[in-house]
Amino acid sequence: MFNQDIVKPENLVYKRTEVLTDNVMHYCPGCGHGTTHRIIAEVIEEMGIQDKAICVAPVGCSVLAYNYFEVDSLGAAHGRAPALATAIQRLNPDKHTFTYQGDGDLAAIGTAETIHACNRGENIVIIFINNGIYGMTGGQMAPTTLVGMKTATTPYGRNVELNGYPLQITELLAQLPGTYLVTRQSVHTAAAVRKTKKAIRQAFENQKNKKGTSFVEVVSNCNSGWKMPATKANEWMVENMFAKYPIGDIKVDGELVQK
Amino acid sequence: MTEEIIIAGFGGQGVLSMGKILAYSGAMQDKEVSWMPSYGPEMRGGTANVSVIISDERISSPIISQFDTAIILNQQSLDKFESSVKPGGVLLYDPNGITNPPKRTDINIYKIAATEKAADLGLAKVFNMIVLGGFLKVKPVVTEEFIEKGLMKSLPERHHGMIPENLKAVQTGKELVQAVHTL
Amino acid sequence: MAKELKLMKGNEAIAEAAIRSGCDGYFGYPITPQSEVMEHLMAEKPWEKTGMVVLQAESETSSINMVYGGAGVGKKVMTSSSSPGISLMQEGLTYLAGAELPAIVVNVVRGGPGLGTIQPSQADYFQATKGGGHGDYQLFVLAPATVQEMYDFVFLGWEIAFKYRNPVMILSDGAIGQVMEKLYVGDYVPRWTDEELRKNAPWASFGKPTDRKHHIITSLELDSAKQELHNHKLQAKYREMEEKEVRFEAINCDDADYIFVAYGSSARIAEKAMQLGKEKGYKIGILRLITLFPFPKKKIAELSTKVKGMLAVEMSAGQMVEDVRLAAEFRCPIEHYGRYGGIIHTPQEVLEALEEKIIKRK
Ligand SMILES: Cc1ncc(C[n+]2csc(CCOP(=O)(O)OP(=O)(O)O)c2C)c(N)n1
Ligand code: SF4
Ligand SMILES: [Mg+2]
Repeated sequence: MFNQDIVKPENLVYKRTEVLTDNVMHYCPGCGHGTTHRIIAEVIEEMGIQDKAICVAPVGCSVLAYNYFEVDSLGAAHGRAPALATAIQRLNPDKHTFTYQGDGDLAAIGTAETIHACNRGENIVIIFINNGIYGMTGGQMAPTTLVGMKTATTPYGRNVELNGYPLQITELLAQLPGTYLVTRQSVHTAAAVRKTKKAIRQAFENQKNKKGTSFVEVVSNCNSGWKMPATKANEWMVENMFAKYPIGDIKVDGELVQK
Repeated sequence: MTEEIIIAGFGGQGVLSMGKILAYSGAMQDKEVSWMPSYGPEMRGGTANVSVIISDERISSPIISQFDTAIILNQQSLDKFESSVKPGGVLLYDPNGITNPPKRTDINIYKIAATEKAADLGLAKVFNMIVLGGFLKVKPVVTEEFIEKGLMKSLPERHHGMIPENLKAVQTGKELVQAVHTL
Repeated sequence: MAKELKLMKGNEAIAEAAIRSGCDGYFGYPITPQSEVMEHLMAEKPWEKTGMVVLQAESETSSINMVYGGAGVGKKVMTSSSSPGISLMQEGLTYLAGAELPAIVVNVVRGGPGLGTIQPSQADYFQATKGGGHGDYQLFVLAPATVQEMYDFVFLGWEIAFKYRNPVMILSDGAIGQVMEKLYVGDYVPRWTDEELRKNAPWASFGKPTDRKHHIITSLELDSAKQELHNHKLQAKYREMEEKEVRFEAINCDDADYIFVAYGSSARIAEKAMQLGKEKGYKIGILRLITLFPFPKKKIAELSTKVKGMLAVEMSAGQMVEDVRLAAEFRCPIEHYGRYGGIIHTPQEVLEALEEKIIKRK
């Protein structure tokens, strides 16, 4: 069989979404950032909102997210994405503004912006990649780093007396009246990817219906920062990260489903 | 004496630590030294390089763009640094993975099949010490005695048991290095 | 004092100096190219050795305000960051200066503006020496050029900071932060005891004993007449620094035809360019600035009457050169050369710039 016999529209079973650019992603192989990018892009394509989507990229490994999403984008200062998104969405109520942020960006330096945007119930979508570490800067402790976990700034393991407790920012945000959807997902298996995609779809649908803030956490690996091969990192994630950050919906349609 | 060196290859080939051992050894031999790495996330799995200066005098700039010696461990680094060797200088490279060997005729070129040798001997861990041995054969800027002292100072104590193996690798490198083109 | 030889990165030398100089507290937030400062501290666990507190804060805004708190109670406290983080600290720095608090802030500069690049730069000169935050204030600015100076200037920084009750900035760059060189370290200086603190920082809010009125650390003064007086006092302090604390290194300046004016890594690159120039028969000297504020105005004025021209070499679009021109009052040609945005100039480029802009002029 020749190539032209196979490459026919009726044989097409999978096509990369056009909401992603052709740029080669710089993420480490096996990192959850890449998969999550693809899911977001697919949702935007399926909803037909590419022309309305505005991405606010963070500072972190996904600082270059704007090179991968074929949507108009802005790069925020470290932690400030929700503030940018607040203004963008208020000035363009029919657009689909979303932020894409890591745990350092969202839950350390940007905690104030995150909490206040959620508390005001800004009609934005926040995608939160929780890998329990600062991937970008070389693996230092994040607010979400687990107790006992070794990082560049906790070389003997995170110690509660010294560094405090891991911050469950997602549970905290669910308490705020402004959040309409708060859910925690992952992208380490095909089934998990499907669930995450559904959650992200729901988030953008909520935004279309002007429901307030939709917050989707994706618990992800950082194989480089954790100093593990990617498959091992996923196993470690299931065993350890999921124990502290259990997968599932926390708030749906403005109602807490877990306390 | 001032020797300005660039060591370049893939991250994970021990480029930075080879430079560190060289710098420590120079320091132990009472020389002035500097070690300046390329840094940042671009190093993730990509290329890594470090410039090392060993000198009898105060070192002015630790940031240099022309080298007395270039120690090259992959093609990308060869492409990048071949032209930066000073005329009359030395280029030492490992031929593994090199499809486009160096072409300059105004410098001394040596090769050392260290990747192959390390694989043969099952000594992947001390690959960089084999290369270092090759360099020291060509340019004896520090003596063996101080390489040992440099290793003692740069390795954490729990790794001191590995020093004899490292020194043997240096020896292997000295025997392995071959002249390709000398002036 | 026993001296021990180490081989360390500039960033690690800052951390080592903090521990050995009796620092009470370090508060920081990771950023390239200076994360090794906190990483080294965390690995060394100084709280077990000296009782020093080390904390990773949630942001630079928080780090600098932790420093404000610690300094206000008379402790030796410091932070470090790189350009974007230092920009976030500007609010805290003007409050420290206004409240006259001693502290050390290290900036390992990277290329800007904005998020910029993580490679070395010297483009934060204006921010460091001309205020940065609001109001009329000055930081005392030290510019290390070697790993040894990264270490030594922490010790010097405490001296200056407490003598003048003023924040000290150590203005370094990614190259000096990342380079590893020989470093001689001395014995541990013990942290101050409570008695020493009361003696060395009698103004601090460390807790009111019965025999004095309460202390208030603040930068607020609603009575403008008093605020003007406070400003006079600050200005007098800055003039005193200019009188007494100027530091520089003059290399081969006595019979030079041309002078490179530079600080930090540019000074070392210029030193190499000077050597290359010597081979060509040029008589070049270097004025290496160690204090950027106070600026060595007198020395530059003096040299400007003797030489044929000066080249200000800095990794910026031309910042320090403005101060050189003001000090020289146009008595000789003064030009700027520098690569910037994270690119480091080579000694060859610096020498060519001298030839083109000064030697072959007219
Ligand atoms: C004001 C400021 N401070 C510090 C930094 C350095 N910095 C860049 S990314 C980052 C943390 C990133 O961690 P996270 O948000 O968890 O993202 P990840 O890389 O893990 O995806 C830090 C501290 C910066 N860019 N700006
Ligand atoms: S460092 Fe971690 S978060 Fe960053 S791309 Fe690599 S695996 Fe992903
Ligand atoms: Mg993270």
